[in-house]
Amino acid sequence: MAEQSPSQTVGPFFEYGPIYGGEDILVNEQTSGERIRITGRVIDGEGAPVVDALIEIWQADANGIYNHPADPGFANVDAHFRGFGRSETVNDGMFFFKTIKPGAVAFDDSTLQAPHINVHVFARGMLIHAHTRLYFSDEAANDHDPVLYSIEGGRRKTLIAQRENGPDLSTYRLDIVLQGDNETVFFNP
Amino acid sequence: MTLVKKLSSLNWDIHPPYIYPPYKSTVRRGPQKPLIPLPYTLSELTGPVYGDDDIGPLDNDLTRNAVKNGEPIGERIIVTGRVLDDNNRPVPNALVEVWQANACGRYIHKGDQHDAPLDPNFRGSGRVLTDKNGEYRFTTIKPGAYPWGNHHNAWRPAHIHFSIFGTNFISRLVTQMYFPGDPLLALDPIYNSIPDEAGRNRLISIYDHDITEPVWALGYRFDIVLCGSHMTPFETREA
Ligand SMILES: [Fe+2]
Repeated sequence: MAEQSPSQTVGPFFEYGPIYGGEDILVNEQTSGERIRITGRVIDGEGAPVVDALIEIWQADANGIYNHPADPGFANVDAHFRGFGRSETVNDGMFFFKTIKPGAVAFDDSTLQAPHINVHVFARGMLIHAHTRLYFSDEAANDHDPVLYSIEGGRRKTLIAQRENGPDLSTYRLDIVLQGDNETVFFNP
Repeated sequence: MTLVKKLSSLNWDIHPPYIYPPYKSTVRRGPQKPLIPLPYTLSELTGPVYGDDDIGPLDNDLTRNAVKNGEPIGERIIVTGRVLDDNNRPVPNALVEVWQANACGRYIHKGDQHDAPLDPNFRGSGRVLTDKNGEYRFTTIKPGAYPWGNHHNAWRPAHIHFSIFGTNFISRLVTQMYFPGDPLLALDPIYNSIPDEAGRNRLISIYDHDITEPVWALGYRFDIVLCGSHMTPFETREA
């Protein structure tokens, strides 16, 4: 075994580094699926917005297939959807993505997971990223999702984005709370 | 179909903790509740895939990718190394992104208020894909140290920020590369947040005279090891 390289903070000045612009829009005109907006605020332990966070998302296409060769459905993946997005937070700590709602993804050979988006949170003041998930408030499958089920009942809501119907497209809103009573559930990857 | 469920996960003896009070911003930003174990599913076993189309011809040369009217000022260097998984296997097609201050310790970022000159010919960011042996290489200017507000007379040692995408979402890593012999390392809370000395040393690049090119640039080697390697044979579908 080789020992892992330790993580270090992304720092405050990543904007012109890993952010090349445009990565908050995951879709083009040919992408299949329901267009949605994802937004939320990153909040610190004092309730203040985190204005220099970087949110990364990774998700399956509308049919629940990841654009990656390890997915058994890879041959049929939507070629117009990579499934990765990045958004920096701005002055009010808000992040934004325009994407599609993912389909359900296999949990194991016989069980499905509820539709969800995988999330990494980076920020100045975070020496290593935090790993979480975003689920959708209007999915009945949430009640049977094995990962949500593994979380103590009162904390599951920290992963469920609330649907707000808009004039053009629906928005799902989920705040990411880094610390405190309402701390978002973070996973040990 | 068999899904591989066993990946090497983050080794918390090696990575810094979320809360490290000498680095003040961690105190209000680091998660405090216990992390929830995550079973590995396709969501974790997959991740964004990059290819040559994602890289521009000058993306690996920070001395040329933002030139306006001349060469950037400073000491030209070559940084190269391998991206490996923690089973010691090379990670090909890993996207490596770098960003840094200029030779004077100033970032082009609008939030950087350090009173040091900007360099009109240096942006300080680039990206490169590892080859089939997991090797990457880029040319840049040696960054300067810079002050920050963490404590009185705080200075960051010279460093280059690295962002690496391995073969899956679990293997994601953001880190910093340092330079050998820097006296500021011993004083830097970000660097010293790494709990063990061997881990800290792994973030210090090695001066390598075989990488140095005559009459052109000094060479540094920096290898990177990601978690998320497969602990059992990789098998996604049965033959
Ligand atoms: Fe920096």
